[in-house]
Amino acid sequence: MKLRGRWMLLLGLVPFAVMVLAFQFVPVLAMVTSSFSKAGGSGLTLQHYDKIFHSPFYLQAIKNSLLISAWSSLAGIAAGLVCAYSISRFAPKIRDRLLLLSNMTSNFAGVPLAFAYIILLGSNGVFTLLFKQWGWSVFGGFNLYSWSGLVLVYVYFQVPLALLLLYPSFYGIRDQWREAASLLGATRWQFWRTVGLPLLTPSIFGTLGILFANAMGAYATAYALVGGNYNLLAIRIGSLVAGDIVNQPELGSALAVLLALSTLLAVCLNHFMAKRSLRFTANAASAPKPDGKRRRQRYSPDGQAAALPKEALR
Amino acid sequence: METRQAGWTHRVLMLLLMVYLLLPLLATFLYAFATEWQTTVLPQGWTLEWVGSMFEDIRFVEALWTSLYLCLISVALSLVVMLPAVFVITVYLPRWETLMKGLVVLPYAVPGVVAAVGLIRTYSSQPFDLAGTAYLLIGAYFVVILPYMYQGIRNSLLTVSAVELLNAAELLGARRVRAFVTIILPNIWPGVMVSTLLSFSVLFGEFVLTNMLVGGHIQTIQVYLYRRVGESGHLASAIAITYFLFILAISMVLMKLGKKMSGEVRG
Repeated sequence: MKLRGRWMLLLGLVPFAVMVLAFQFVPVLAMVTSSFSKAGGSGLTLQHYDKIFHSPFYLQAIKNSLLISAWSSLAGIAAGLVCAYSISRFAPKIRDRLLLLSNMTSNFAGVPLAFAYIILLGSNGVFTLLFKQWGWSVFGGFNLYSWSGLVLVYVYFQVPLALLLLYPSFYGIRDQWREAASLLGATRWQFWRTVGLPLLTPSIFGTLGILFANAMGAYATAYALVGGNYNLLAIRIGSLVAGDIVNQPELGSALAVLLALSTLLAVCLNHFMAKRSLRFTANAASAPKPDGKRRRQRYSPDGQAAALPKEALR
Repeated sequence: METRQAGWTHRVLMLLLMVYLLLPLLATFLYAFATEWQTTVLPQGWTLEWVGSMFEDIRFVEALWTSLYLCLISVALSLVVMLPAVFVITVYLPRWETLMKGLVVLPYAVPGVVAAVGLIRTYSSQPFDLAGTAYLLIGAYFVVILPYMYQGIRNSLLTVSAVELLNAAELLGARRVRAFVTIILPNIWPGVMVSTLLSFSVLFGEFVLTNMLVGGHIQTIQVYLYRRVGESGHLASAIAITYFLFILAISMVLMKLGKKMSGEVRG
């Protein structure tokens, strides 16, 4: 009886182990080994990494990806912070509706998003033609299929994500603290500088990590918008491995390993920061306060699942 | 704080945010029903031609079906594999939970392009030549939705206190498998449904893996949309909006389910 029970347990785990091994472990391993092996043959080599770090072309792709991810994440954080604060000032009913709308637009990513921006701001876009007709030359130099256009579209999918990830932490800052600070003579600015922002810092950096990884890995949006014309790391990998012209899978693997390292690092930052911010709020929660129930709900794993960025879409 | 009226600054700010977020959607929507839309703020005329021609296009209908059945199979497979695995780990082997969590969160740190590179390297040569087949894609999809499925199933198990339920069932003489099927499954079903739908909507919007792994062989709705963007803007808008409305419907169901569940737990 007991033995049979053990077998049943094991039987429940086998399919999971097989699937994860076959479609997650082996591929990652194959990619890493491939990045160290000679083109079309066997034997260890560092030639692909060497080539990447001596090729202006690939270095530029890495630089472009890092820059666009950094800028779009920073812009997303800035907008997200302001909006998250603003959203926390609304009554719960309106707040939930606003959050629902933001969540909804976070589904609008990848190919459809790029397409919507082409309609609005592409070379024959509605706004492009309107502005031309009205003679607004300020936007004359704007080109959607370039750096500025890409940043614009990236920021669009970063803002709702930043907002959804940041707004819970604003509820960690209690009104009582604000009142206490103002009773002690602190100005609003002083309160935010010495109490508010330090409390928010872990979740700001954590969110920054997620946004950065999100932008580094984004492929669909850029691919649909500029195709192979703009030099980004993700796009280069795609064309090296599954391109139409020449396949150089080993070189593509090496680039993919670099990309994975950068996103893993960013996600680790998030993980580390989430731990810190939990410590903060856990201390705060241990104080006997009537809003303890709300806090528990917010940090429930359910909320985390909902906040997982739908990275696959981008 | 909860009852306070939001000030004007906040209202204006939120209005701006909503305009910013909804404008691209609105533009796509209008474009899908517009006859001609150039040099005016709103389209010059309205038509249902684009939506009509979309449904007349056999390739669109085919792509829609392909997407639907690929997503359904992947989600079903994930359910069949993940339900027993998460159950066993959470209830009987909690020491292994950290390991499983690490495994399951990994796909979420690895971007689609990277995953695609690994899969192509592994499955484009003998003995496992799966290049361009639906099997490869389903396997890839399985990994994509791992984090969502794991979180959903595990949370549901914890919410219904699966361990206590099982102890009670075993005390009353039920065997493990029987207890799992007749006691645990019906109890966690609503929560599992939520993560299933979420996974489905994520897969429905998947482009990177689909395009890189099977792009030339199998056309899902996303790949089809990508191909059409260059041809007719209006038609592509119609497709994009149909896709978005579909996703929206799923999210609405999700929210309703979520609300219902949290209501039950509280009550």
